[in-house]
Amino acid sequence: MTILVFKILLVLVLFLISLGVAAYSTYSERKVAAFIQDRLGPNRAGPFGILQPIADGIKMIMKEEIIPLTSNKILFVAGPAITMITALMTSAVIPWGPSVTIDGMKVPLQVADINIGILYVMGVVSLGVYGIMIGGWASNNKYALLGAVRASTQMISYELAMGMSIIAIIMTTGSLSIGDMVTGQHGTWGMGWNIFVQPLGFLIFLICAFAECNRTPFDLPESETELVGGYHTEYSSMKLGFYLFAEYVNMFISSAIITCLYFGGYHFPFMDKVSAIMGEVPFAILCVMVFFLKILFFIFFFMWVRWTIPRFRFDQLMNLGWKVLLPLSVLNMLATGTIIVLNS
Amino acid sequence: MITEISFYSLSFLAIVSSILMIFHKNAMYSVLFLLICFFSVAGLYVMLNAQFLGIVHIIVYAGAIMVLFLYVIMFLNMSSPITIRKSKLIMLAAICTGLMFLFVLFAALWSVPFGHAPQQVDQNIGLAKTLGKVLFNEYLIPFEVTSVLFLSGMIGVVIFNKKETENE
Amino acid sequence: MQPLSSRSKIVSNKTMSWSERLYIPAILAGLKVTLHHLFKKKVTVSYPEQTRPHSKFYRGRHVLKRDDQGRENCTACGLCAIACPAEAITMVAEERQKGEETLYREEKYAAEYNINMLRCIFCGLCEEACPKDAIYLTDTISTSGYNRDTFLYTKDMLLEGALPETRIDIQARRKGQREGAM
Repeated sequence: MTILVFKILLVLVLFLISLGVAAYSTYSERKVAAFIQDRLGPNRAGPFGILQPIADGIKMIMKEEIIPLTSNKILFVAGPAITMITALMTSAVIPWGPSVTIDGMKVPLQVADINIGILYVMGVVSLGVYGIMIGGWASNNKYALLGAVRASTQMISYELAMGMSIIAIIMTTGSLSIGDMVTGQHGTWGMGWNIFVQPLGFLIFLICAFAECNRTPFDLPESETELVGGYHTEYSSMKLGFYLFAEYVNMFISSAIITCLYFGGYHFPFMDKVSAIMGEVPFAILCVMVFFLKILFFIFFFMWVRWTIPRFRFDQLMNLGWKVLLPLSVLNMLATGTIIVLNS
Repeated sequence: MITEISFYSLSFLAIVSSILMIFHKNAMYSVLFLLICFFSVAGLYVMLNAQFLGIVHIIVYAGAIMVLFLYVIMFLNMSSPITIRKSKLIMLAAICTGLMFLFVLFAALWSVPFGHAPQQVDQNIGLAKTLGKVLFNEYLIPFEVTSVLFLSGMIGVVIFNKKETENE
Repeated sequence: MQPLSSRSKIVSNKTMSWSERLYIPAILAGLKVTLHHLFKKKVTVSYPEQTRPHSKFYRGRHVLKRDDQGRENCTACGLCAIACPAEAITMVAEERQKGEETLYREEKYAAEYNINMLRCIFCGLCEEACPKDAIYLTDTISTSGYNRDTFLYTKDMLLEGALPETRIDIQARRKGQREGAM
């Protein structure tokens, strides 16, 4: 019973953390953008502009809600909702820390350690495009439709290479569970991270993660120079807010997945010696903090890249996905398989 | 109790959404109802302890194939209700195909013994490990033949497109 | 052809080498540049709290001066209006009545004095043309407005106060002008 309460509590905390991190990602995105462009960024709402996300949220909610007359009303409302739901769903299978003992039972800091965790992530990610497609189509606007069409092609193209690079990881780990993947990266010093085994796979996965999150240089679905606002052209108020917010939630989750798959999750060097000194619960907290530090670095990396690299043209996007990343990921998979067979 | 309720509600959802998929005039809604149907079927898979099959069902059908369906429907601008062509030959062909499909379905159902509750199924039957062992031992040749079939289909499409562009 | 400036570059259409086509070194170089900017000194001036220093000759909003006894200097001679290249200045002259000697320095004064700030180019020629030390440009920044009417500055907006503490100091500007003339 206590375990059930613990899990429910974990879900609530995760929900709040995901939203909180996403909210402050919007703030730090603006700060990072400003700093890279030698500006100061938002600094009026509270000290250093720290209350800016709250001000933005209030602004979004107070704005007039417009549903276009010629739109499909049910689907128009359903679009942002689906996007937000799929963005928040993924965090259930991510192991946030090592297991702690409750009621004499070892309970991992993970909502559901299902044995096909990574496939669950892939499934939810592949569903994420529905929110954008339905919203873009229901707007009954040419720009929105084009944005939706671009989103769907982009997602499908990059899902393939993403899946292939994950298969290489699955082969080295021998499991589909993310919990097993993270514990498998313990190594001798807590440094047996997959990045050292799979550098090419990591690069492919990283690029695909950018594409799946619709982040620059892959933000063609919403490219404002040619499509006004892309799939969210007709959206206003909090419905627009949900679309924009879901992007940041996705960024948070994909940073967590990258960390889990390639950067050892909550593992850090010399963690065995540290755990010998500390108690179980403080050690778990330390691990969670290390995990979040890695996540925050990747969120920063997402932003850093956004303000460095300009957007692709659509044919370049397709070329990269189908002619470069897919063959490379297949090659990576074959090479991994060969090495595993030769070693055994 | 919970399993029964969820089983019946999922089956109800699957049947209702598939009927709505067939009878809805708007192609866009048809696709979305089919999507709901896929989800409830995936839910049934999970109830049978076949999580792997369920999630692959979602990834492949809901995540990839239906996205392409949606994609095509968006481009064809089929938001207006479809008018069904009433050519007698086509109707006859459709009825024949439907009856043949029904026959196959009944023939398949005939050999299945009913009355198995989901709990009686082997707990490990749907796991990725079990499935992989079965696929790569007992059904290795059919499995490989299927993949070759897919590959030839893909190559065929590529060649088909190339020839068209060269002729232009 | 002779290059027009030393910065011109010869553009070539050469194909990229294999290592260049990887793009990763180029992307890393770009990331390095942006990372460098992340720690650079910010150029933003947080305006209401900080202001940029003006030059001594900064030409901002106009002021109509009074003399030591608080009388208006302007005699509505119209030289400023003639000198103005943008034709921004208009005025209506009037004769000084008995009993108004404390208000106006000379026998003639400007009853109306308007500057259309949408036309004004802040060249300072009005100031140079004025024979009576009446009009000066100050270092106050000319404000913006929500509609076009707010840009027609009338005499009561331009004239400085008669009390000593409401006078606008243009001493630095006078001195600067002299230095500039030399």
